[in-house]
Amino acid sequence: MSKSNVVLLDHWVSPYAMRVRIALWEKGVDFESKQQDLSNKSELLLRSNPIYKKAPVLLHDDKPLCESLIIVGYIDEVWPSPPLLPSSSYERATARFWADFIDKKFAEAATKLWRSARSTEELEAAKKEFFETLKQLEEFLGEKDYFGGENFGLVDLALIPFWSWFSAYEKFGGFKIESPKLYAWMQRCMERESVAKALPAQEKVLEFVCTLRKILGFDQ
Amino acid sequence: MASEKEVKLLDFGVSPFGVRTRIALAEKEVEYEYKEEKNLNLGEKSELLLKSNPVHKKIPVLIHHDKPICESLIIVQYIDEVFPSKTPILPSDPYARALARFWADFVDKKISQYALRVWKLKKGEELEETKKELVENLRTLEAELGEKKYFGGEDFGLVDIAFVPFTSWFYSFQAFGLLSVEDEFPKLAAWGKRCIERKSVAKSLSEPKKLYEFLSARRKVLGVE
Repeated sequence: MSKSNVVLLDHWVSPYAMRVRIALWEKGVDFESKQQDLSNKSELLLRSNPIYKKAPVLLHDDKPLCESLIIVGYIDEVWPSPPLLPSSSYERATARFWADFIDKKFAEAATKLWRSARSTEELEAAKKEFFETLKQLEEFLGEKDYFGGENFGLVDLALIPFWSWFSAYEKFGGFKIESPKLYAWMQRCMERESVAKALPAQEKVLEFVCTLRKILGFDQ
Repeated sequence: MASEKEVKLLDFGVSPFGVRTRIALAEKEVEYEYKEEKNLNLGEKSELLLKSNPVHKKIPVLIHHDKPICESLIIVQYIDEVFPSKTPILPSDPYARALARFWADFVDKKISQYALRVWKLKKGEELEETKKELVENLRTLEAELGEKKYFGGEDFGLVDIAFVPFTSWFYSFQAFGLLSVEDEFPKLAAWGKRCIERKSVAKSLSEPKKLYEFLSARRKVLGVE
């Protein structure tokens, strides 16, 4: 019998699932994490997310919620303290914009680095895209402590999980990420209990990606 | 003398994303200055657009008190929060809000890219693939609508606003021999007709026959016909 009415259909290496874990821990919400085997999807996962068949899925009183940023928005509304979104409507729109940017531009470019670039040209293009999005994020961060300003918020939460994937990006991208501003921001985030608990070690993620690439037919 | 209206919308006539924001502003009865990016389809972007949306350089952009807001669904939610009215665009219950956001996002992820590409493609595998995806996802969307008056139930809301601009494209899909929404998705067709009874939708939607003319001309240039 589940110990709480908040269940997360989880996956340890998914940055999207990490976002949800961080949000729940930030709010001090007790939840049960059910690790999913994405190569052999459970009935529960397929029933709860029939459209995308992916983790993370949050089940709150058995009601499913899908898509990490939507889940995080829900968590923020149901457990309002501490807030993940600012109170001004304009700043909320700005936060949503940058969280959406991370999904549309950053995550896509990052995935191309290890998952789809099969030729040197494709890899070079992926690297260029990746660095461009990183530069735009850096510019938005500016001199702030967090993307949200003084407080850890939605945009920080949306981006920090990808830090656990940086060793993998660097290895398969063939570069080193040199950004003192971003590194300082990442360290700041890692000092938070919720983030430190949610992110797996970079070595573990790298091992996972190496194995996955072999299955996908890279690095034969 | 230049208009000093506190709300400006940078837009491009046929953009379904622009239509979304026009509907939302009309729902809230907000007066605004409409600025058309006249030569967008020739690749020309105004100074104001590039300054207001340096990241994506795309319309629509809402400028409120000189501050830009970008990405249509984000703009619509901003409009809902800032301009109160008796007709909220998002429901008040958090779970219902999350579902509304999920389905609006589904329209973005799974409908718009296929709807906006299918009319441009020459006969071949890519066209067949694109049609297949569009049809499958419209089926999913229609199942979600079910017997409801609107996607949100009794009240017109975010998901309706997200999808209704694409109804202008149904006439063209049929005329180009791609898809008859009326025949294959009668519930969606009926819903479209219900939406157009709303003033905000009627005055904001692209006129289907005009859109058809615009798309036909583009198809000729692209060598599709």
